[in-house]
Amino acid sequence: MSSAAKRALLDPVVDSNPVTLHVLGICSALAVTTSLLPSLYMCLALTVVAASANAAVSTIRHVLPSSIRIIVQMTIIASLVIVVDESLKAFAFETSRELSVFVGLIITNCIVLGRTEGFASKNPVGLSFLDGLGNGLGYSVILILVASTRELLGAGTLLGYTIFPKIADGGWYNPNGMMLLPPSAFFVIGLIIWAVRSWKAEQVEKPEFRIHEVHRTEAL
Amino acid sequence: MPEPDQSSGSKTETVARTLLVALLVSLVCSSFVASAAVLLQPRQAANAVLDVRRNILRVAGLYGGGDVDELYGSIEPRIIELETGAYVQGVDPEAFDPIEAAKDSAQGVEVPAEIDVARIGRRAKLARVYLVRGDAGIDRIILPVSGYGLWSTMYGFLALEADGNTIADITFYEHGETPGLGDFVGKPAWQARWHEKRLFDESGRLQIQVAKGHVSPDDPMADYRVDGVSGATLTGNGVTNLLEYWLGDHGYGPYLQRIREEGGGT
Amino acid sequence: MGSHVEIFIKAVFIENLALSFFLGMCTFLAVSKRIKTAFGLGAAVVVVQLITVPTNTLLYHFVLEDGALAWAGLPDLDLSFLGLVTYIGVIAAIVQILEMVLDRYFPPLFHALGIYLPLITVNCAILGGTLFSVQRDYSTSESIVYGIGSGFGWALALIGLAGIREKLKYSDVPAGLQGLGITFIIVGLMSLGFMAFAGIHL
Repeated sequence: MSSAAKRALLDPVVDSNPVTLHVLGICSALAVTTSLLPSLYMCLALTVVAASANAAVSTIRHVLPSSIRIIVQMTIIASLVIVVDESLKAFAFETSRELSVFVGLIITNCIVLGRTEGFASKNPVGLSFLDGLGNGLGYSVILILVASTRELLGAGTLLGYTIFPKIADGGWYNPNGMMLLPPSAFFVIGLIIWAVRSWKAEQVEKPEFRIHEVHRTEAL
Repeated sequence: MPEPDQSSGSKTETVARTLLVALLVSLVCSSFVASAAVLLQPRQAANAVLDVRRNILRVAGLYGGGDVDELYGSIEPRIIELETGAYVQGVDPEAFDPIEAAKDSAQGVEVPAEIDVARIGRRAKLARVYLVRGDAGIDRIILPVSGYGLWSTMYGFLALEADGNTIADITFYEHGETPGLGDFVGKPAWQARWHEKRLFDESGRLQIQVAKGHVSPDDPMADYRVDGVSGATLTGNGVTNLLEYWLGDHGYGPYLQRIREEGGGT
Repeated sequence: MGSHVEIFIKAVFIENLALSFFLGMCTFLAVSKRIKTAFGLGAAVVVVQLITVPTNTLLYHFVLEDGALAWAGLPDLDLSFLGLVTYIGVIAAIVQILEMVLDRYFPPLFHALGIYLPLITVNCAILGGTLFSVQRDYSTSESIVYGIGSGFGWALALIGLAGIREKLKYSDVPAGLQGLGITFIIVGLMSLGFMAFAGIHL
């Protein structure tokens, strides 16, 4: 794979993560991460849509007039999402029941439009496809981290399997109820950002003001 | 950041070109979406019917895998008039569509705002119930219920024992509640907690409720309480409310009264 | 008239799109550095909501709903599956127009908002406002009030966050949390605070 392709695919995982660096895709990261299984579905669905939408928009990027570019991108994304939803209902009905709600959430997921507008409209099809895939991957990493934390600490389970038996079920674990509330997702993501930026110092934002300590030596 | 539009005079920006691209994209996308919707519609409709039947069989206690249509043959759908609670002959139970009937001004009635805790707005005058017959008469009565949760109208089936008071099973087969939180209504693990709970107490008052959290076994009202999920109180309240409506006098109340008096009837 | 006031107050405090339903978070977190920009984006959101919520509600009732096209002689047509695309189309069109207006008459604001202006189109708060209004069957006047209220509530939350962040400029935040990290934690605390409003019945 060429280095440009590698960068398109792998950068968004840590160095250029859509959630922790570009602030995209937050809403769903909060809503679906109370447990791990729905989050996995969401990651899969988003990655598929992001990659296809990027490829589609990239295909027409040279002929698309700037004045209607947003609407056209949205139409393509929305159409893709609807077709994915309809196909699920026809071929995987039981699963579609679980997924339908998320699939609707993908239309408004800023990652998809953010990448079609920010990357696919200016780059060739192959790279755009990989970029969509990469961003889906980056998004998935964060979602899985947050969902695992929230489900484990909030309910003592992972994917439905009990890891920490709850006191109510005769175990020892007192579940942290706040983890099941949406604000906890904010806290977990904030802590993840702290961890990532401690690792990758280049992502640290410069503070706007620094109060300097001034050492004075009294003239004797 | 989007580039400021510097190319307004260039090839891509003429009005004709813009309109043409817009038209083409609309055509392509709409044919894509419409053909998907139309071509897949029969499969989806069949899937939906199958899914509803599977759910009915589940709450009837008859489903453990196997051919849904075959097993469904042992279910007896009947039409009742909600106001009187009496069975109605002459209306095809399978063809009856309660949602369409609700919207029709002749076949549906408005639910008065003071009792519309389930926020359904209107309901049909008739309803379809499902009877499961055993050796000693009626085994279970399955009642379709619906009502508003936090985000969506939830549709489910409540299965009662022959006494019209003890709950055999419950399921919510369609809902749009919060994934990972309110969607507990669709999960078998939670639905199983309804087994053997009771609706009405000795004096005939409706007591069944979804609790705010865990129900202690020592609670004197434990028979009438089902565990809720913390953080998803509003969805739980939606379930309580829709049961309050459908089991009340404006819902299946009169029908259940007949069941208790006449024991299932004809 | 009372119910309109109730809808407005509910939309701003009890069912705040940003802090109770967590809609529109991307833009919310990214554009909250300066109060001035927050004001600008907040005003843009209110305007977009004011136009799109009633328009989409009307479109649903007269074109898309099952049987809605009875006035055109097509009572059997159910176009509700086109709902999402239609609403997004309307929103995208309004946002595109807004973008052109800002570029022409308020260029500093246009440049400050950057990519977040077209992102108003996918701002789940805007679409969420429309979806709630359709789902709750609001009349036209109710949907106008709801549009203004929900937009205003979102804007209020955004400006509140910007105010807190501006005050935090002089604080000694750990390097890894600087900027985005501490913002997440602030919003988490703000939304915990707003949970106090949940369950209030007017």
